[in-house]
Amino acid sequence: MAEFLEKDCRLDEILPEKTLKTRTPQFQQTRAIRPALPRYRNEIAKYIILRDEEKCAACGRCVALCPQGVHVRKPGYKCFALPKSHLCFGPKCEEKGCYCITACPQGALRIQENPMMKVLGDYRWPAAMILATWKMAESGKIPLTDYGYEFETGDSGGGFDRIRFKFPEKPPVELGKDEIDTTLELNRRNDGRPKIRIDVPWYGGGMSFGSVSNTTQLSKARAAVAWNTFTCTGEGGFMERMRPYDDHMITQVATGLFGVREETIQRVRIVEFKYAQGAKPGLGGHLLGDKNTEAVAKMRETVVGISLFSPFPFHSVYSIEDHMKHIDWVKHVNRRALISTKVSTPNDVDMVAVGSYSAGTHIIHLDGGYGGTGAAPDIAKKNIAMPIEYAITKVHNFLVDEGAREKVTLIASGGIRNPYDIAKAIALGADGCVVGTSELVALGCVRCARCSTGRGCPRGIATTDNLLAPKIDLEWGAQRIINMYNAWRNELVTILQRLGLRSVSELKGRSDLLMHLDYTNDVAGNPS
Amino acid sequence: MPEKYHITTKPVPPRRPRIGKYGVVDWREDCARCHNCVKKACIYDRHRDEIKYIRTIESVDALFFDCMGCFSCVQDCTKNLLCLTINPEYEKLGNRYWTPEIIQTTWSQAETAKIPVSGAGYRGRFSGEGFDSMWTDMSEIVRPTRDGIHGREYISSAVDIGQKPAFLATNIDEVVSPLSPILSLPMPLIIDRMPDQFAHPKLDAIIAETAVKTGLIAIMGSEKWPLFEEDADRVLPHIAFYFASGAGMISGEILKKTRFAEIEDGRDVKDRIRELKRIHPGIVVAVRVEMTAEGMRRAVELADGDVEVIHIAADQNGRQIGAENPLFIKEMIRKIHKALIENGKRDNVTIIAGGGIALPEHLAKGVLCGADLVSIELPLLVGLECHLCPRCVEGSVCPARIQEITFNYGAGRMTNLISAWHDQLIEMMGAMGIRDARRLRGDTGRAMFFEQLEEEAFGRIFGKRLQA
Repeated sequence: MAEFLEKDCRLDEILPEKTLKTRTPQFQQTRAIRPALPRYRNEIAKYIILRDEEKCAACGRCVALCPQGVHVRKPGYKCFALPKSHLCFGPKCEEKGCYCITACPQGALRIQENPMMKVLGDYRWPAAMILATWKMAESGKIPLTDYGYEFETGDSGGGFDRIRFKFPEKPPVELGKDEIDTTLELNRRNDGRPKIRIDVPWYGGGMSFGSVSNTTQLSKARAAVAWNTFTCTGEGGFMERMRPYDDHMITQVATGLFGVREETIQRVRIVEFKYAQGAKPGLGGHLLGDKNTEAVAKMRETVVGISLFSPFPFHSVYSIEDHMKHIDWVKHVNRRALISTKVSTPNDVDMVAVGSYSAGTHIIHLDGGYGGTGAAPDIAKKNIAMPIEYAITKVHNFLVDEGAREKVTLIASGGIRNPYDIAKAIALGADGCVVGTSELVALGCVRCARCSTGRGCPRGIATTDNLLAPKIDLEWGAQRIINMYNAWRNELVTILQRLGLRSVSELKGRSDLLMHLDYTNDVAGNPS
Repeated sequence: MPEKYHITTKPVPPRRPRIGKYGVVDWREDCARCHNCVKKACIYDRHRDEIKYIRTIESVDALFFDCMGCFSCVQDCTKNLLCLTINPEYEKLGNRYWTPEIIQTTWSQAETAKIPVSGAGYRGRFSGEGFDSMWTDMSEIVRPTRDGIHGREYISSAVDIGQKPAFLATNIDEVVSPLSPILSLPMPLIIDRMPDQFAHPKLDAIIAETAVKTGLIAIMGSEKWPLFEEDADRVLPHIAFYFASGAGMISGEILKKTRFAEIEDGRDVKDRIRELKRIHPGIVVAVRVEMTAEGMRRAVELADGDVEVIHIAADQNGRQIGAENPLFIKEMIRKIHKALIENGKRDNVTIIAGGGIALPEHLAKGVLCGADLVSIELPLLVGLECHLCPRCVEGSVCPARIQEITFNYGAGRMTNLISAWHDQLIEMMGAMGIRDARRLRGDTGRAMFFEQLEEEAFGRIFGKRLQA
């Protein structure tokens, strides 16, 4: 037995109790911003520029005029390349005096709004938000306002989409951007376990190998390394290739226990119990048979091609006391790990959170009913459990009332799409957030919702298909997410600066800085 | 172990070309014939399918729109010619209440009998009107009242129709309380009469067969009794005849083979119920109350008068009929349920709620609001590929060719749809930790209402909610 453990579990690589770092050499990744250009030939754009080749005199005035480089004539060519419409500001250029449409002496150029803006996206992720996220992933910067991408809110008509910050005309305290702290401490219990501080108040959500490709997982992991934060294995097991990312991985222990072994618990700094997930609260997990390829089956120790179900709930947990036994088990197996408890948002989510705190968890992770990245029954996505906006305030207030708020980290997920959602979630009472869909959008997801169909994602993100998954290059994928994180952090710093706050922790629970478009906003102490 | 409720299904493909949401159209004539879109970009082979389809096309009104909306061909087109659009035929489906999404998901469930599954999280509005302004609860870690951990197979979706006595009087070993007849259905669903404008004669036999295959009951006009004479023993236990005011009585032999009947509301309801029970003492009788402005008051009045079943019926979109500011069926159910509880009459009467029940979540939510079961009719029609367009009413050609359907096709599609609804009800009950549909009734503790959540979460932060 000892020999087996030594050989197969690589016990020598598992870190001793009192160290913080795994012995496996860890992958190094800088957070430097590098362009990560779109991987498709034609980037979807808000506007489309059409050139009438018969009218065009090839004078080159448009090339000279356009500061964005929409019009390109390659050296040695007489004709123009197809206009790079995705760089175009549209009619906004008229104010800037660089509007090619009116400037063309031959009248050969036309502009029109791209009809696909009505097709791309949905109420929660409108086209502008997807395009803006692509721009962030490409450049590492928030897209210029000239593009007209109103990415701060979606069109869902409620929750974060109707909440705004009450930015003062002048910040109460003038702060430089480098004076603002966006780090987040994850262990508030003072229980002798390590303090873990991440550089941004979010980390990556659990997406198992099987639900997404190996490359997608590794891209997320590299971004987590670069930004000194975390990403989560999901329930599909811990791939060997993930070992160099041990220090930034969260091992998820979910009801199916796929790929969960003592060894995978021992080598990470955070272990997450997943009781439920926002996309299908109360229903457990389901990996469709087509996605259960040979590699996935090996990882999960199952048979190729069969659908894999994670039951709901843990069949060993009937109560908080049982939950505590779970936590004690993991704490015993890994003496340095922090425990995260991921729950969905039922009516009594506040009781669940307090119970989980009393059971010894370090992080309470609320996954709201509108979240999720993988396949889920439509009936569950829309109808079961409350949206995260309600759950945050409910849990935050209850923890405050119970005197436990400062002893536990509250993380929100399930519909967090951009830095504004993160800031709003924190102002409502969370400490930080978990993000998932945005990372996939950064990799080129168009939210066509076909993750569950046949071979999986046609964009090569949420698939294990041998032909589709290689569509994404690992370096490119990691850079896209790193870039997006950079843009998000910059925007978060801007938000804090405008509010005159020195750190993310100062924003926590500051709901007085928010207003709701559907309310009178005249609560005493919360003047509008 | 009692026999499990199971609906046998098999896929029933559509007769008409599918109407998908997306379509890819060329928008400029400059194709390089590189075939990138056909050979490489589309992993679903939809471009090839389209070519095949065009070769076999029979009528010009049947366009091919089977695109999956992944934008791969659009973004990989060598000359950037392709544009993805929303299929205009898709946008024309249904109406404001019966949205294209509802029509399409109903078609899919009627075809496959499967629960609709998709990825990428929720894509819709935060909340909405009617049933979209409530969420159902789920049970997690701590829930002292939940039924415990169990598999789906242990969840009972059965409900009872009839009066349930508040207590039983016994004399030594004998029950001396008068016991009303009661019948059980395997799920809280009953098939209502098809609205007159959609009542195609072919549908009666199909609906009856669906009721037999699913173990449910279908309500049919009493004048239709001769249709079921031939196979009476098999079919009639699944038929409830509806007696409009002034309708004549049917043969006692036929009536005695049924378990349930419904009568139109009127002054003489008590006499008519008495007459039906005189012929068939074991029958359960419902009174249908249209949800007009007076409907709720009338329903409570009938319950006070010891009517055993009340079928409240809103309009097709779930709204109060003829009211200036119509309430939605959800609110009407809640008000009636609450009034009956306050009167101490709730278990004396079964409430069937109909009108606007378009999706399986409406079934669960209707019961959570206080109905014992719900009635449906239009979803079954939509399951036959109906567009819910007004063309048949206007006398134009039905795009779904309902008049051409076969018996097996119709019964198969309707059975599939009910099976998918049942499976989804079980999913929701499983999430709620409820093991018995009877306990779902009026259990608003397992529901979360928009107004309540907004008040609790945002009231103390943002003040009063402004009226829309």
